[in-house]
Parts: sequence; structure tokens; C-alpha cells
Amino acid sequence: MNRRLGFVCLTVILTLSVHAASRAADADIAASADSESPSGRGARRTAEDFGIPHVAFINHQIEASWDDAGIRPSKEATDGEWCRRIYLDVIGRIPSLEELESFEKDPSSTKRAELVDRLLGDEYVDEYARHWTDVWTTILIGRDVENELVDRPGMRQYLRRSFARNIPYDRFMEELVTAAGVNRNADGVEDFDGAANFLSGKLEEGGVQAAAKTAQIFLGIQVQCTQCHDHPFNNHKQNQFWEFNAFFRQVRALRRFEGSRDVQSVELVDEDFSGEKGDNPEEAEIYYERRNGLMKVAYPVFVDGSEIPRSGYLPGKMDDGTEYGVHRRQELAQLMRGSSLLPLAIVNRMWGQFLGYGFTKPIDDLGDHNPPSHPELLDGLAQRFREQSFDLKELIRWIVLSSPYALSSRSTSANASDDPSLGEPPLFSRFYMRQMQAEQLYESLLTATKADRAGGEEAATMKDRWMSQFIIAFGTDEGGDSTTFNGSIPQVLMMFNGDLTKKATSVDKGGFLNEVAKNGTSNSAKINALYMAALARKPSAREIKTANAIMITRKGDAVGALQDIWWAVLNSNEFIINH
Amino acid sequence: MNSLLTPFDVSRRHFLSHLAGAAALAGPATTFTNSILANAPDMKKRHKAAILLWMGGGPSTMDIWDLKPGAATGGPFKQISTSADGVAICEHMPLMAQQMHHMAIVRSMSTREADHMRGRYYMHTGYVPNPNVDHPSYGAVVAHELADQVPNLEIPPFVAVGGGSVGPGFLGMTWAPFVVDSNGRVRDLDMGVDPSRVAARLEMLSAIENKFIGEKRGGAADDHFRVVDKTVKLMSSDQMKAFKVMEEPEALQEKYGKTGFGRGCLLARRLVEAGVPFVEVDLGGWDNHADIFPTLADRKLPELDKAMSALVSDLSDRGMLDDTAIIWMGEFGRTPNINGGGGRDHWARSWSVVVGGAGFKRGIAVGETSSDGKEIVTEPYTSQDVMASVLHSLGISLEKTFTAKNGRPMKIANSGRVIKELFS
Repeated sequence: MNRRLGFVCLTVILTLSVHAASRAADADIAASADSESPSGRGARRTAEDFGIPHVAFINHQIEASWDDAGIRPSKEATDGEWCRRIYLDVIGRIPSLEELESFEKDPSSTKRAELVDRLLGDEYVDEYARHWTDVWTTILIGRDVENELVDRPGMRQYLRRSFARNIPYDRFMEELVTAAGVNRNADGVEDFDGAANFLSGKLEEGGVQAAAKTAQIFLGIQVQCTQCHDHPFNNHKQNQFWEFNAFFRQVRALRRFEGSRDVQSVELVDEDFSGEKGDNPEEAEIYYERRNGLMKVAYPVFVDGSEIPRSGYLPGKMDDGTEYGVHRRQELAQLMRGSSLLPLAIVNRMWGQFLGYGFTKPIDDLGDHNPPSHPELLDGLAQRFREQSFDLKELIRWIVLSSPYALSSRSTSANASDDPSLGEPPLFSRFYMRQMQAEQLYESLLTATKADRAGGEEAATMKDRWMSQFIIAFGTDEGGDSTTFNGSIPQVLMMFNGDLTKKATSVDKGGFLNEVAKNGTSNSAKINALYMAALARKPSAREIKTANAIMITRKGDAVGALQDIWWAVLNSNEFIINH
Repeated sequence: MNSLLTPFDVSRRHFLSHLAGAAALAGPATTFTNSILANAPDMKKRHKAAILLWMGGGPSTMDIWDLKPGAATGGPFKQISTSADGVAICEHMPLMAQQMHHMAIVRSMSTREADHMRGRYYMHTGYVPNPNVDHPSYGAVVAHELADQVPNLEIPPFVAVGGGSVGPGFLGMTWAPFVVDSNGRVRDLDMGVDPSRVAARLEMLSAIENKFIGEKRGGAADDHFRVVDKTVKLMSSDQMKAFKVMEEPEALQEKYGKTGFGRGCLLARRLVEAGVPFVEVDLGGWDNHADIFPTLADRKLPELDKAMSALVSDLSDRGMLDDTAIIWMGEFGRTPNINGGGGRDHWARSWSVVVGGAGFKRGIAVGETSSDGKEIVTEPYTSQDVMASVLHSLGISLEKTFTAKNGRPMKIANSGRVIKELFS
């Protein structure tokens, strides 16, 4: 950045005045936004439900809440917006130019349902599994790549298989909660179980994290505070935390070392637990300390009060055939399977994933202290999800085909008050924007630029390496982390100047830009192609004017001009925001 | 407004030399050049700032600042006297012992949040977590209130070194922490293309961003624009050299300690010198549920002692200490009872924070805990009170009320009371 050209100064000042004029040019856009009336002034037409009663149920519930609040929804999103949205949300990337065009050209009146079928079907099964593996890896083990007790490839391998096969969610939970075996799939390992990675790093300190995370993720209960005291704001008591924790006292994480002191893998094994005093395994107890210093005893009790036998022995048979013992984690999984909280928590999570806000905030804190925005809808969906055998793809289908998911993200005068970012309960009368997750951005850049994809674990490792630049660890034993991929300056710098963008805007032969540039069409057709590929829309008149000015300035270098335009498109708010 | 174009990649002097020609232009260009001219004077005028030393994990303050030798809960550490009359601290903090005349210990902290995430949020914002409001953290509040004193600052007013701090809440992404590692390395600063092309790219980008903002889809669109605008300023700023901590003299780097935290503290001083009103430096690893005493004696305290003492004395030597508040704290303290694994667990009921510099009274210890460290026996203080005191030490008015996004009024520092013993 040391070359200093006077030319720029003048360009800068000139373009600033051009810019003032552009506000006027943009006014027509704003006006057209205003004129977008909410759908129908009088009686609302019944929203499309594609013949699916679950979709009709969602539509009915949501529409009723609009009527109660006296607001009207935004109009429907355009085909391009909806298409971009559903690719991002279901398979974790934007549609390619070809995919977008084939959808837009499709004259069928049921093409949205058909696209959902395809995205949930065999054709996209690998990408579907990759996206949900990304989502669930973060949920289950966070983004911190440093923890030696956790093997991310092993975790991912388990998740990819699970999502590729669409195993029922209750079984998925059970496999994670009861996993036993070696967490890393290395040569010669016979008892590999990638699901073991959920708990392998959470069993220190008596499995405090195992209990806290299991309750939070699968039951939507925040109990981590009650480790030390009764919860100040809800009904959770300290004894409940330790009674829940007691389910995790038979399982141990055995470290396997390789050569030096590095942990090579971790094996989860269940062993007899003789209690903390150790004198009576038939009553295998644990102790915790009340704030007043009193020690209290706890045995495994589920959050709804269900008790299991107190024995710390694993199941077995005596010589006379009498059975004894209990497998605490398996008992826990059965109790969780039967709990109403299991479907409530996942429905709330999935709704939040697709609509931008769950029925509660945060999505994993359910209970009387935090009432949901749409209780009947949440309960009804949870019940229907159980009846549908915990089929995640069906749940996704219901949500993405519902009317709130199909709305424009533009607010209108009839629903301006519906803004959950102001702390109001969400009414879902428009589509709430959110920034792409880092993984979605990465995959979308590959798609938009037609970059070659490496397959499987190799691709995932490359993505991990790229992701690691954003991760900040908290320095606590709980391994919490956050990310600078949060709309702050480091993210913008990465998008401006990072390697990924350099690659995406490369004019090398065989790349997307090169292909567009060489195409014998007009300049405006080329600019169109860039806009469609990244933003799923055509450029406005004002944008064409700006782009043409750049083409003219660089008249000898059409490829370079396209490169600059492409850079701007990829760096825009519109690109990185799922809208 | 809403243009991303600034004198990109043009040195200020070079840019100013072009202004004569530019002065003929009317419209937005006028305001643009005026602001550049007005800001040309030097940066060296005095300004207030704060440095937060954040001890992630919850440090055992009764092993560092408030020892209980002889008590069953006291642990093995001895206490030593310090340069502050009557104030003793841990034997493993010998360098800080020589700087305590600049500092004040508050030994009567009593809070209720003993979970990492909640405690982290509460100590950073003065508010307990609330699902409906995102509160601004120290850095955002101080940067927001002190921004006017450094109008020509082109680098972010809130820098977090070696950790992520807590976000700007309802103050908006403009006040988000700029996160860097302790080497001060900022990635991806260079676009690697000709400046004229940078200008073309930014012009095109402005067009797309403005169209999207005009469609009223929500605040995220505007936020993105504002952060892009800040990024453009930063990329073209000479002030970025403040991040080059490795350019400090070898001896001084040595004095701070060649550790992540040592470099972070040295970087904090450089940034404050350059005009940044708030810097947070993270030192994690205090979540000592097991083997706490060897961990503290061999690793954590030597690293802390070296860096913190060097920072205090360096600020003092440069005459910056009277304008710079230092805050040392974590999310909570640790249990007076030592657990079966030789560790201490989370404990919020009685613990300490340390402040110093700026308008604080120095060389004192405020408040007192019981002989076993389990109770506060004097008036207890909260996160809000510490925040109010820090703001007061910087001359920031406590009458300020923000308006949260939902329209609710939010008193600065959550109506905390100034800890009066810290001022007199």
C-alpha cells in the first residue's frame, strides 16, 4: 500500500459528488419498497400449504398471531430470494447460477415444494449431510480446535453418516448420550465410535460439563448455574443438577497416549461406580456442597422426578440368575426419549435455525421463567414431530414450506413494529435477516466461483484451517469460545483482502470470472451473470451505471473491470446476509 | 453520508497537498475536506483511557490480593508487604509489591454470578444477562463516551488483545471490540491491487450496499456498511503502526515479559499512547479447579506479576498514569474451601478486584473479608459499583442515560454507586 497516486484523490472527490446524485437515483427503489403493500388489504388469502396439514397448522397459528397483534405480513419473497434462502438454510450454500436459473424458469405452480423434495432427497444428500454436520459439530463440541480430548474428524464422521441416513432424532440423541468406544478413527481401531466425541471432553470434574451440555442441548434446560446454588431466576435447584449429573458417573474417558505425552485418542467406557464414599455400590451416591457448607447426597433422578435404581453396578447376572445393576446412561437416554422436552427443544432450535429467531431467546432455555412467543405452535409442532417418528427432514419440510418462511425480509408500514432485534417477541411477519455462518460463507464462495471442491474430510480440514482465524477461546475449563466472524472489522478485512477472496476473484483460466469474461455476450449480460451468481437478482439501473463506468475507465481490461465488480458484489451486505 | 470512499492509500500529507485543487469542488466534497483539515493537528494532546486486564476463568483473589495466612482456607502462600503502607499481597507478586502505591485493591466484592458466561457478561457490563437486551461492555461504553476527545482517531477506539471481550450491545457494531492477538498482528490489511482499482471497488460496493440498505430489511444492512467504512479508514491509516509492538526496545519487551500477556500489556500502552480510549488485555487460565497452588506459583502469577508491574511503572514513567485507569478483574473469585483435587471452585460471594491510575486514590485496600475469606465484613460492592467508579475516575458523567434498542432508558453503569473510599 505504499504506492501513492494523486489520481485517486480526484477520483475520490468526484465519485463523492456522483454519490450525492445517486441518493436521488435510489429514491425510486425506496419508493418501490414503500409501495409494497402487505398481502391484501381486506381478507387475507389463505396461504399455500402444499397439501401438507403440518404446513397448514403452522400457517394458521402464525396468521392468528398477526391478527392478534394487528399487523400484516410483508409480501412474499421473490423466487430468487426464496431460492437463495432455502439453499443456504437446507444445504448450507447459495444456489449456483444454473440451479437458480432452472428454478426461476420452472413454470410449475408447485416448484417450491419440488425443490424442497430435491434438496432433502438423494441428489443433495452429501451437501445436506455436510451442512448439518457443520451445524451440529458447533452445537456439540464448539469451534475450538485445540481440545486434545476431542477429535473433530471423528465427530464429523459420525454426524455425516447420521445426517446422510436421516436417522431419527431420538436415536441420534441416544447414540450421543450413550456412546462408548474410541473417539478417533485411526488405523487398526476396532471399537471406533465418533459419537463418543460429544462426551469425551466433558467428563472432567465429575462430568459437570456432560450434565450441563446434555441438559442444555437436548432438553433446553440451563442448569450450569445450579451446579453451585439454586437458580436465582427459575425453578431449577442445586440438587437437580447433581441428580442429573449422577447419570454420568459410570462413564470414564480413558486417554490413549502415543509416544510422548500427546493424547492419541480417548476411549469412553462404562464401569461399575461404587459411589463417592466407595463403601456401598448398591447405593452409589455422590456429594455436593450447599452454599452454607453442608454436604448433601444425590442419586440419579431425571428432571421430571423419575428415579432409577441407585445401584452403581452395570447390569449383570448372578450365578443364581438374579439380575442386578443398572446402566445409568442408557436409563437416562430412555427417560430423555420419553420427555416432552426433547421434541420441544429440537423444534425450537430448528425453527430458530430457519426463521432467525426461536420461540424463546435463547433457544436452549425453556421453562416457565422464559415463556415462548407461540406456545401452541411450539407444543403442536413438538407433538407432531414425535408422531412423525422424530424425522428431521419432515420437520424441515414443514418449516420451509410454511408461509412465514416465504415472506420478504423487507419491512412495511404494516409490520414495522415486528422487530425482535428491539427485544420484542418475534411475530414472523417478515423474514428476519441474519449474517451467514462462516461455514455457509465459505461454501457459498466456492459455489459462486465454481471452485473445485475437495471431498470429504480433506475439504473439512481445509475449512477448519480457514475457520481457525476467527476463533477466540475464553480461557476457562469449560472450553467456551466465540468468533470474530461476527460482522466486526477482522471479518471485513478477511472478506476484503483474505486469500479466500483473492481466490474467488482470481481471473485464472478455468475460473468463474474467466468464464464470464470470455463469454461472447455484452457487458451488461456479463454483469448480470455476476449478480445472479452471487445475489440471485439482476442489477438495478443505478448499479449498471456504476458498473459501466468502471468498464469504461478500464476499457483495455474488461477482465480487470469485471474482477473489481465481482469483488464488490462478494463484499456486499447483500451477499453475506441471508435475506 | 454512505460513501465508503476516503483518501484511500494516500498519505495524509500527500492528500493535503491535493486539497487546493479539490477546494473548487462543491457539495459533499467540501465537508469531506473540511473534516480532514480540522483534524490535521497532532495527536499528542492528553486524553483519558482505560486498560482492562481481564483474568478469564475467575482468579483466586484470596491467593493474590487478600491472603488469609494461617486460616484453614488460606492455602500455602505467604504475604509480603508492599510499597503501599499496610497493604500486603501474595509472595509470588514481588514486582507488583513495588507498584502498589499506584494501585487500590477492592477486597469487598460480592456478586451473584458464578457461571463463566454469566459472570463474564455481568462483570463486563454491570448487568445480568437478559434475553431481550444486549448491554454494552466496558470498552464500548468508555470508547463511546471518550470518542470526542480523539476525533482524529482512525483505528478502532476499543481494542481487545488476546481475547474477545464482550460486545457493544445496543450501542451497535461501530463500538465492537477490535480483536487482535498479543503480537498486534492484524491480518489481511493489504488488498494487493492498484489504488485506483481499490477506489473503483469501493464505489461499486457503495452502490450495492446503499441499494440494500434502502430496502428496509433491517439494521444488519446498515451495520455492515458502517463496519466496512471503519475498515476502509483503518486500512489507509498511518496510525496502524501503533499495533507494531515488536518495534518497542528489546529491554522494555523483556521487562514486560516475553509472554502473550506481557506483549499484550505493552501493546495496550502503545495503543493508549496513540489515542485509543479503551484496551482490554486477556489472560486466561484461572479456572483452577485442581492443583491450584503450583499452577499459580509456577505459571500464572509470575506472568501476571511481570507484565502488570511493567505496565504500571511504564505508564507512570511516561506521565500517562494520571490519565489512564487500570482495572484488573475476572468473572468471580474462587472458593475459600480447597477441594479434594487441591483446587478451588467458582465463588462470587467474596472476592477482590484491583484498580489504579486515572482519578483513583492510590496505595490503599478498600473493604475487608472475614478471617476465612468466606464473608464480606464491610460494605459489599458489585460490578456496577466498580464500573461507576472507573467511569468516574475518567471524568465520565454518571448521569448519562442510554436508550436501548427497545426504547428503554439504560442508566450508564446500571446506576452503580461510586466507591467513595477510592476517591478523596
